[in-house]
Amino acid sequence: MEKKTTYWQENLRLIAICLVIWFIISFGFGLLLVEPLNEFRLGGYKLGFWFAQQGSIYTFVGLIFWYSHKMNKLDKKYESEDGS
Amino acid sequence: MDELKLYTYISVFGTFAIYFAIAWWARASSTSDFYVAGGGITPIQNGMAIGADWMSAASFISMAGLIAFLGYGGSVFLMGWTGGYVLLAMLLAPYMRKHGKFTVPEFIFDRYYSKTARIVAVVCLILASLTYIIGQMKGVGVAFSRFLEVDYGLGLAIGMVVVWFYAVLGGMKGITYTQIAQYVVMIFAYTIPAVFISFQLTGNPIPQLGLGSTLADGSGVFLLDKLDQVVTELGFKEYTTDNMNGSLDMFAYTMSLMIGTAGLPHVIMRFFTVPSAKAARSSAGYALVFISLLYTVAPAVGAMARLNLMSTIEPTAGQYLEYSERPQWFKDWEKTGLLEFEDKNGDGKIQYSADKATNEMVKVDNDIMVLANPAIANLPNWVIALVAAGGLAAALSTAAGLLLAISSSISHDLMKGVLTPNLSEKNELLTGRIVMTLAVLVSGYLGLNPPGFAAGTVALAFGLAASSMFPALMMGIFSKTMSGTAAIAGMCSGIGVTMLYVFQHKGIMFIPGTDFLGDMGANWFFGISPNAFGVVGALVNFGVAFVVLQFTGPAPKHVQDLVDNMRKPGGTSAVSGH
Repeated sequence: MEKKTTYWQENLRLIAICLVIWFIISFGFGLLLVEPLNEFRLGGYKLGFWFAQQGSIYTFVGLIFWYSHKMNKLDKKYESEDGS
Repeated sequence: MDELKLYTYISVFGTFAIYFAIAWWARASSTSDFYVAGGGITPIQNGMAIGADWMSAASFISMAGLIAFLGYGGSVFLMGWTGGYVLLAMLLAPYMRKHGKFTVPEFIFDRYYSKTARIVAVVCLILASLTYIIGQMKGVGVAFSRFLEVDYGLGLAIGMVVVWFYAVLGGMKGITYTQIAQYVVMIFAYTIPAVFISFQLTGNPIPQLGLGSTLADGSGVFLLDKLDQVVTELGFKEYTTDNMNGSLDMFAYTMSLMIGTAGLPHVIMRFFTVPSAKAARSSAGYALVFISLLYTVAPAVGAMARLNLMSTIEPTAGQYLEYSERPQWFKDWEKTGLLEFEDKNGDGKIQYSADKATNEMVKVDNDIMVLANPAIANLPNWVIALVAAGGLAAALSTAAGLLLAISSSISHDLMKGVLTPNLSEKNELLTGRIVMTLAVLVSGYLGLNPPGFAAGTVALAFGLAASSMFPALMMGIFSKTMSGTAAIAGMCSGIGVTMLYVFQHKGIMFIPGTDFLGDMGANWFFGISPNAFGVVGALVNFGVAFVVLQFTGPAPKHVQDLVDNMRKPGGTSAVSGH
């Protein structure tokens, strides 16, 4: 029983980390902080505009793969301890 | 027959032949094949199929046009329609796959141990899916009538026969493999013109980089700066900072689209086709890779189309195009009524400005931007022909996914689950096929006679999914004690609030004149537009569910054990409907 709670808790921790990043990049950089960020530039892009129309999407892809990778490790760790 | 038309016929009917061949090869022989493609789809295959399932006529045809005219404000669609996959991958898909059933309402039934909950879920699903499918059917009819100059109704009928053939014959299995083919057609049709145009304008063939590059005309000015300058000179808001109805509305709109995406049943169902919870997580990742190929190109398509349109009408600052010298594509689109010119000052030139009193481009429909884009940029005919096949692939693949969601919710949840539990597998399969045939006919009829509220339907579909399905599913996994009564109360109040808000501002069932608060910013709740209200409905849903839970007591022990099981590692058992 102890082990199962831990697998779930570790999962919740990972989800929390991912969703904080998800929020900061899209809603934070892309929307709420867009004006100050637009003072900086990335080539022809204003930085805030870039986050809203490009950067946030790349971040979402990265987040899902990182989460999948971490969860696969977690699965192995707990499945082998269960002996199943 | 001219060259363009010949190419268009070849690309459209060539792709149809491929879909038929795949459907014949992948026909379904069991309910497991029919509902979840036997559960043996690999994550990469599933990712492509989700991409095609998800990217509809709206993504392919309308989105870049919306961005072209909204500028920075169009970001809500880009972030909203991709960010939902992060939520799906982490909060819903793996656990629902681990639970291992055929349909979303079936999951709701098991988790909330209530036939009422299952029926509420079926109703939400059918409402959301039917409203969505009308748009796809219209897209099919429009693509046929504009590119092949076939009658709208006939075009619609051809589309119905094609989708009926492979969806009814193949079920989820046939749909999955055709969606993979449709994804490939769609992505080539979208990116090839974009590569050409990006190269023409900036010298950089990669549209994502071209959008951030300098113009190739030797001026050294960045494309986006040029666009900002051109549009502000004509009195429009600056392209890169125009934020529609303000930041709060954009925030709510983006969030509503994200949780609406995560709550749409036809997308969630696709995650039941993979062999394990692990594969469900990675297929969300691959799906988003395939989706972002189109979604990161769309802002470039939008901005470049706007710039090309502007520089066609106003070749040099202050010098407007003579109406008599307008290019061929301008004449073609005038015929469709989607582009209208009115010579207000009678000088024979086309003045285009933000001021309604002097603007002579009376109508520029969003939808023409992607379709007319290759012609505006003078691209070769085979590229233009490809766009027609791509638009049809986008509409047909989404329609098929929606049809399957509707038919499985009726044959599996309503018939087998509630009304006639003794239905044999063979008869359930037959029922599924009959229901799907009926659904094709109903959606074809609705596409031919779009109800008055068709324009508002996609917003309504997302609002419904966001305010009903997403909170119910999430609480079912993340709150062990959440009870059936509380969840039903939450779903009903979430949907209720959202529909009330949409109807009070847009009219009951979108009938003009029945809105009782008026569709204007001053009456909006905290300035949130009706399209963006799904997130408020979702919050109401969560709130009501937790309050009711306090008064009615927690879910029984065996349901809590079921939730515990979803949260365990593993999840490689086969999907079943029992």
